[in-house]
Amino acid sequence: MAVDAAREAGSFRGARLRLSSVLWRRPWLKLVVLLVPPVAAFVAVYAASLGAMLVSSFWTSDSFTAAIVHTWTLDQYRAIFSLSDPTYLRIAGRTIGMAAAVTVTDAILAFPLAFFMAKIAGRRTRSLLFVMVLLPLWSSYLVRIYSWTTILSKSGPLNWFLNGLGLPDAQLQFTNKAMWIVFSYVWLPFMILPIYAALERIPGSLLEASRDLGARGSRTFRSVILPLAFPGVVAGSIFTFSLTLGDYITPLLVGGPGSSLIGNIVSEQSASNLTFAAAYAMVPVGVMALYIALARRLGAFEAL
Amino acid sequence: MRKRIRSWHVVLAGLVAMLAVPAAGVSKTSALPTKIGPGEGALKVMEWGQYTDPSFAKKFEQQTGCKIQRKDAGSSNEMFNIIHGGGNGYDLVSASGDASLRFIYAGDVVPVNVNLIPSWKDFLPAFKSPPHNTIKGVHYGVSLQWGPNTLIYNTKKVKPAPTSWSAIYSPKYKGKISVPNNPIQIADAALYLQKTKPSLGIKDPYELTKPQFDAAVTLLKKQKPLLLRYWLYPADDEKDFKTGDAFIGATWPLQTLTLQASKVPVKEIIPKEGVTGWADTWMLTKNAPHPNCAYRWMAYAATPQVQAKQALVFGETPVNPKACPYMNKIQKGSCAGYHLSAPAAYAKSIRFWKTPVKTCGWGGRTDCKDQQAWNNAWASITG
Repeated sequence: MAVDAAREAGSFRGARLRLSSVLWRRPWLKLVVLLVPPVAAFVAVYAASLGAMLVSSFWTSDSFTAAIVHTWTLDQYRAIFSLSDPTYLRIAGRTIGMAAAVTVTDAILAFPLAFFMAKIAGRRTRSLLFVMVLLPLWSSYLVRIYSWTTILSKSGPLNWFLNGLGLPDAQLQFTNKAMWIVFSYVWLPFMILPIYAALERIPGSLLEASRDLGARGSRTFRSVILPLAFPGVVAGSIFTFSLTLGDYITPLLVGGPGSSLIGNIVSEQSASNLTFAAAYAMVPVGVMALYIALARRLGAFEAL
Repeated sequence: MRKRIRSWHVVLAGLVAMLAVPAAGVSKTSALPTKIGPGEGALKVMEWGQYTDPSFAKKFEQQTGCKIQRKDAGSSNEMFNIIHGGGNGYDLVSASGDASLRFIYAGDVVPVNVNLIPSWKDFLPAFKSPPHNTIKGVHYGVSLQWGPNTLIYNTKKVKPAPTSWSAIYSPKYKGKISVPNNPIQIADAALYLQKTKPSLGIKDPYELTKPQFDAAVTLLKKQKPLLLRYWLYPADDEKDFKTGDAFIGATWPLQTLTLQASKVPVKEIIPKEGVTGWADTWMLTKNAPHPNCAYRWMAYAATPQVQAKQALVFGETPVNPKACPYMNKIQKGSCAGYHLSAPAAYAKSIRFWKTPVKTCGWGGRTDCKDQQAWNNAWASITG
């Protein structure tokens, strides 16, 4: 019995050795075995669904039954880019404008904090700040948005505070401004972290060298820090920009009449007119493709 | 030789089978069952959440042995896509008025014998053979529950009390008005125009020609700057009235009753122009694998006790007025609160949701605005 088991173990070991020598002799085989599962998952799950969306955007839906009619047409894109009824152009413009505003706001808010964390704060302060930046991400994003609807409500804490100071009500509830504030809040950590990573990689010796050469603080910032940290800003902006571009919960809960973004239209139309929803969903895909091409030229991917 | 004969037999059998399949479908639709057979032990339903709530479905499962397997749908379109796309073995679907006609015309549901539903004869007259589930006297399902879309207002802030929908189109309460975020809201505007602008000649708020449709859209576009917001979830609507941010708006009885229960000074009325409303129907699918359990469920759901329980779980009104005492037993005054004790004319005065289609029933025209036109117009109004 024991001998059998030992022989079996030996043959198992032999097979393993043979396999490893085969893999050693053919390095490409090892690569194929390692890469096929993730690449297959990527193609089947990720790229295929995007492809299906692209294809169905060139079909049309039956107006009565909502069934997809498989005839090739550009009707959906004509409706989106129609100048006689610019509803969908207006909503796309609002979405892109909102994404840009949120990105700029977050960059301005995140940079000083990230700089403080990376270059000035001591170890304890730094870890404390990290926890504070990441803490909101531990709670549901829906809960945080709902709490903002309470804060901005006419009888909410914000107006209570303003009235206490003798100031009039802030008319923010259910407006695009409210949407801008809430978006800037929820995506801020995604801007802070890449900027922090970029700033941390700047060697202290460069800053000293700049000072040795007679540059003052503002000059060092403009000529040394900003150019080296800029790829981090661009990397963070990819997150804030794309997350705003695809969101539809925030406009639903804090937006008012006239706050619809692309995501709202896609979610409304996805059941009754799937082909139109698919075509409209291609708009942010196109915008992001352009944005990422631009970001790549600005060196954002070296900072990731 | 023998082999050839055999293959010839196979071809013949195949032909017979091919002919028999559509024939079976026809006979199924034309011959109604005359009695309910023994249950099949299972029932698969496509429903609105809580329509087979365990609080009343458990008893049914014990009595009949039909184990319920449920799927909660998110929208009428989702219901339609799944049932129309082959059914997936569903027996029943709780179709709303904006989907029920689609099911009937697409041939996805079959007629039912209402004589097998003992409580059917007790139904409010408006729900025995309503146009959204009965065509030329053929019943495609059993009415279930309904509700009006009413005008709600804060009694402390809105004085004098409104009597007309004009209150939500006038600048008097600018920034304090809230309305639902739903394309079917165009019908509410059309209903208002039907009474206030007779020159448009609106006959049916769900069948609108281009000039009628454009007038309704223009009215809603003018209303937009007056609004606090378009609400999507009933809980958000309640919150706006609770915080005092909204004074007046279009709502469902569910929100009014919830708000009144938490002592918010609100009241709801049926304005003089009338209201729109929704009405749901249990419909039996074409290829239902468990028709006997389905019939048993439709009969069970129509009984007064179950009607009362479901109404209060979901916040809607039974079609069976005998449910009234049971509702009051569970929640005092709820029968009157949900308008079940109102005269029969009340339910008749409601214009129930139906799918907008190109063919106008009233004039034989084919240029009415369809559901997609409604969706697009709603996007251009709200977006």
